[in-house]
Amino acid sequence: MTALLSFLPYAVAGWILLWGLYGIVTSKNLIHLVICLAVMQSATYVLLLAIGYKAGAVAPVYADMPGGTPAVDPLVQALMLTDIVVEATVAALLLALAVQANERGGSLDPAKLARLKG
Amino acid sequence: MKSLRYALFAAGGLGLAAALLAAFLRLPPVGSYAGAYGEVLNAVAVGERHATDVVSAVNFDYRGLDTLGEEFILFTSVLAVAAILRKQEDEEEDEDEPKWQTRKAPDSDAVRVLGAALVPLMLSFGLYMVSHGAVSPGGGFQGGVVLASAPLMVYLCATADTFLRIAPPALTKAGEAIGAAGYVLIGCLGLLAGKQFLENVLPLGTPGHAWSSGTIFFLNLTVGLAVAAGFTELLSVFVEEVLRRET
Repeated sequence: MTALLSFLPYAVAGWILLWGLYGIVTSKNLIHLVICLAVMQSATYVLLLAIGYKAGAVAPVYADMPGGTPAVDPLVQALMLTDIVVEATVAALLLALAVQANERGGSLDPAKLARLKG
Repeated sequence: MKSLRYALFAAGGLGLAAALLAAFLRLPPVGSYAGAYGEVLNAVAVGERHATDVVSAVNFDYRGLDTLGEEFILFTSVLAVAAILRKQEDEEEDEDEPKWQTRKAPDSDAVRVLGAALVPLMLSFGLYMVSHGAVSPGGGFQGGVVLASAPLMVYLCATADTFLRIAPPALTKAGEAIGAAGYVLIGCLGLLAGKQFLENVLPLGTPGHAWSSGTIFFLNLTVGLAVAAGFTELLSVFVEEVLRRET
């Protein structure tokens, strides 16, 4: 049981990644595709948290606890913040591209936009 | 065609799943963290930087230069969205397209009252998060996004014109520029004092107080300004795009 629990967060990260990828591959709408990419990227949040977690430790905020209290790794949490910011900017860019694709191609379905126009 | 795509995904997905499984089985079990940096940072951050939120100390001091890059990723992305969505010269006004109904304020009193009531709450919570980043969870990025959702709430419970009046593009552009430049200038204070770029030069204060942690506090303010202005700028670019189609 402990062995299963100590592996479960990694399995969840892989599960989210693969289902996000499935959504992207089968997507029929560019907005849906951007959301699937965000789902895929959230796998990295789970993975980073799982790597930085220490059994019995608390959040690395020493505002109301004595110094030296065991806390989880603050570095992976800082990396996660960067990850979230990048995800938000990527989503904004892709949504702008989706707006233009709809305007120029007349559709949000990637299959209908496949034709290249010179 | 479609079945070929699914077959390719099934093969690739299964391969990726097998590779992930093999990689995860070699990772140390969750909970048995063995990294060195986390322990060091947790031990020294409060003493060195008087910041009780170690994540903020990492972002705005130990990895301060990376956060500068992160802020400029956001800056570049806002620029790129504005460039993608601006009116192209070869684009002609399509007279055949049906005129969109100009969006009115929502009819429901409940929606408008609740939306208006949420604005001051969002503003004060956003300002609290920005200014207490060094003390408790939060900081410039998180607080900035909360601040930017206040104008969005105005857009949802009023009209696009009201939104553009309280968040004029000139103001958001200036806010973003001042926020981004402020981070660099605070970093240069270290150089002026003969220390390294982004090294602290200000009094550290008492750990746990809002006025503590020296440069981290002010870096949080500049990031909060840049993020709030940047996201509002993104919103106004999208809103202007909608308005352009309506008229």
